[in-house]
Amino acid sequence: MSAETIQTRRDWLLSDRPASRMQARLGRAYVAWRRFSANRLAFVGLLIIIGLLVVAAFADVLAPYSPTIGDLKGSRLLAPSAAHWFGTDDLGRDIYSRIIYGSRWTLYVVILVAVIAAPIGLLVGTVAGYAGGWTDAILMRITDIFLAFPKLILALAFVAALGPGIENAVLAIAITSWPPYARIARAETLTVRNSDYIKAVQLMGASPFRIVLRHIMPLCISSLIIRVTLDMAGIILTAAGLGFLGLGAQPPLPEWGAMIASGRRFVLDQWWVAGAPGFAILIVSLGFNLLGDGLRDALDPRSGDQ
Amino acid sequence: MSAAENQVAARRGSARAVTVLSAIGRFLVIAITTYLGLLAVTFFIGRVIPIDPVLAVLGDRAPANVVERTRREMGLDLPLIEQFYIYVKGALNGNFGTSVLTTNPVMTDIRRAFPATIELATLGTLIGSVIGVPLGVLAAVRRGSLIDQIVRIIGLIGYSVPIFWLGLLGLVLFYAKLQWVAFPARLDVVYEYTFTPITGFYLLDAAMQGQWDVFYDAFRHIILPASLLGYFSLAYISRMTRSFMLNELSQEYIVAARAKGLSERRIIWAHALRNAAVPMVTVIALSYAGLLEGSVLTETVFSWPGIGLYITNSLQNADMNAVLGGTIVIGSVFIAINLLSDLLYRVLDPRTKAG
Amino acid sequence: MSGTLLEVDDLRVNFPTRTGLVQAVRGVSFSLGRERLGIVGESGSGKSQTGRAIMGLTPPQAEVTAKKLAFDGIDLLAAPARQRRALRGKRIAMILQDPKYSLDPVMSIGRQIVETLRTHEKVGKAEARDRALAMLEAVQIRDPARVFDLHPHEVSGGMGQRAMIAMMLIAGPEMMIADEPTSALDVTVQLDVLGILDKLVSERGMGLIFISHDLRLVSSFCDRVIVMYAGKVVEQLKASELRDAQHPYTRGLLNCMPRIGFERHPLPVLDRKPEWAA
Repeated sequence: MSAETIQTRRDWLLSDRPASRMQARLGRAYVAWRRFSANRLAFVGLLIIIGLLVVAAFADVLAPYSPTIGDLKGSRLLAPSAAHWFGTDDLGRDIYSRIIYGSRWTLYVVILVAVIAAPIGLLVGTVAGYAGGWTDAILMRITDIFLAFPKLILALAFVAALGPGIENAVLAIAITSWPPYARIARAETLTVRNSDYIKAVQLMGASPFRIVLRHIMPLCISSLIIRVTLDMAGIILTAAGLGFLGLGAQPPLPEWGAMIASGRRFVLDQWWVAGAPGFAILIVSLGFNLLGDGLRDALDPRSGDQ
Repeated sequence: MSAAENQVAARRGSARAVTVLSAIGRFLVIAITTYLGLLAVTFFIGRVIPIDPVLAVLGDRAPANVVERTRREMGLDLPLIEQFYIYVKGALNGNFGTSVLTTNPVMTDIRRAFPATIELATLGTLIGSVIGVPLGVLAAVRRGSLIDQIVRIIGLIGYSVPIFWLGLLGLVLFYAKLQWVAFPARLDVVYEYTFTPITGFYLLDAAMQGQWDVFYDAFRHIILPASLLGYFSLAYISRMTRSFMLNELSQEYIVAARAKGLSERRIIWAHALRNAAVPMVTVIALSYAGLLEGSVLTETVFSWPGIGLYITNSLQNADMNAVLGGTIVIGSVFIAINLLSDLLYRVLDPRTKAG
Repeated sequence: MSGTLLEVDDLRVNFPTRTGLVQAVRGVSFSLGRERLGIVGESGSGKSQTGRAIMGLTPPQAEVTAKKLAFDGIDLLAAPARQRRALRGKRIAMILQDPKYSLDPVMSIGRQIVETLRTHEKVGKAEARDRALAMLEAVQIRDPARVFDLHPHEVSGGMGQRAMIAMMLIAGPEMMIADEPTSALDVTVQLDVLGILDKLVSERGMGLIFISHDLRLVSSFCDRVIVMYAGKVVEQLKASELRDAQHPYTRGLLNCMPRIGFERHPLPVLDRKPEWAA
């Protein structure tokens, strides 16, 4: 009985002749989900990211010690043990707790960069694609110029001028990471610009502003999301690199890159101080990379084999 | 040949000349605007963002008359556009001002550090290509097999691992524990007085002068950071090779080659890879540019006296002239490689020659 | 039996996919002597997969089975990969549809022809070049020495397909599978290429399997015709007796051919009944 309902629900979702737009949309989502969940590595990636979110949300509960105040007298540079799973650092702070709190800063950075860079790219790309002509030529030339820059070095120079700090690091990374989004948004805009339904909206007298905002931008969102997810790992690595050079998060913030920098001095003897946060970065970027690959394969059948 | 034919031939010739000219013109426009863009951004970073660039140069303890004089010397009383013009002219002449830290002209410092960075990035790309290309080919040919999965994981980790962290772990393992490699530096102190570099590429210089003990020492110093950079380039190169090879292997000419009775070996290496080689050159060039950039973090970890270390040392001392000079030099090389790889693609592909 | 080159009995080609088994070829049987056999069908009828299965060029995930698949007494399905490879190009050759895609774009035409020859025969470089030039002349290329050094993108489609024929015939195969050899060419060039193919096949006494969707072309060019539908042979008959075809699908294909002097309104639509595929 229940097997039968499942069977029919599946048929309903996979129907060649959807009766409503809702059914078609759900059907497409179902196919994408099946393709995604069949990809075991992508699923692992999703689990890692969910894990990151959970850890960040419940850091207060999960962390056994304070991330910023350590026991300077009795527990400096202890090796991993039952009391301190990942050992302690030079100020006697529990590294495990610092890594748990550090997940919040990682999320803070990736979300903020995405929230700043993606809309800039979206705006530049859709305006260039819709307006065409000189506007397009100039905007795309600027985009290409930024694309040709070495991102990390430019971010470095930006932070050097703005002054070190996690907010400036976010700003610098955002400034260097919008160009690919502009290219994607422009490509999507060009494919729909001359379609009949855009013509129809134009005939109804909609302003270019309204057309771009209401009818073109929503279409660019899904390919943009894939690209942003794929870029997350790169953002995390750049932020960690800036933190490592002392330009990102400042002590005593438990940011992973800065933690590696402070553990660098004793790495030859107390390797775990720098080892654990680096491993955390590796796992989280791997998660984003796996998830991004899986999303791309599931939502974009053309590149499914790559 | 009739008059009409002559005319057609002439028109075709001139049409080709026009396309070549317009291609060169396009290339020049792109190159010039990109460089101007780089200079505009560094100008913006150096002169516009800081509230007072004079303080950024002199520090806040300079006496008032010195501040005033420096302001005039830097041309800060001029309109912004004029300042930019002077800035571009200076940059084109390789004049990036004086480093506060070393008191040398920035260009002198950079010239000294540049070969170290190039040597490191070149060896890294070499390692990455020599291992990465065969790995990518193998993964594509045995698609879905264990080898393919392993290559994929190696690549994904390469995309996900913080380079400076891997460098530190490498030092712990190969230098401290196993003692396979030398301590972080470019050469042992012992050799600093007995060895005179010629080109600045130590491996090359030592080999040319027959100083094999120096060569061995230089090798022991460079191998770990170069392997590290090589791993990153390998991750990228193997992934792209796999993707290009899969694309080529699905083409009809591969079916035809099989129908001719060729061995799989010949089909893969003489046909598929030969076709994939054209885009591969671009990929390797881009990976080389990426390593130049990645050298900032690697050089810091390995105390490698290249431009990357120069930039980070200057950062720590708020030496903006040096930071921006280094940024412009690495940026310029990066852009040049980007542009050249594009050009190289056109030259290498026989299909684009016919025009 | 000495006249029989190829025997096919109950050939099946299956592709396992995530959504189930796709049966591309479902029990095809025929035999071929030193004659011209046409295989006709719409796209997706399994005619190309039949040809590729005989060559051993189906994709690795495909499952090929048959009660019998023998070339000159050699059991092809039981033959080791090495032996099948030695047969390909040497004794069985294949011409593909579009020379734009089926010639290696970065290798000169001459080298591609020489490559076939030197794979199967121990020949010196100079002799291989001479024989390749002679072969180019045999496919009626006027200036063989010049074409020898050209790359595929530098020649026309007709010239490319002649080069393809030269490349496949240089080792002297006894049997040839031509998979839509003229479909990608201009109509004016099609006849030239067919003429060359015709001449070479009869001069050398080869067996030919001519795969096409074009019933008229096949019937004028071949001795016998097999009509395939949905992976099965629905009818097998002599080309000269095509007008007497029994099966409604074949009749449908025939009716779709325009004839001069007949009113063609409305255009006939090809009938497809599921029971033919059963």
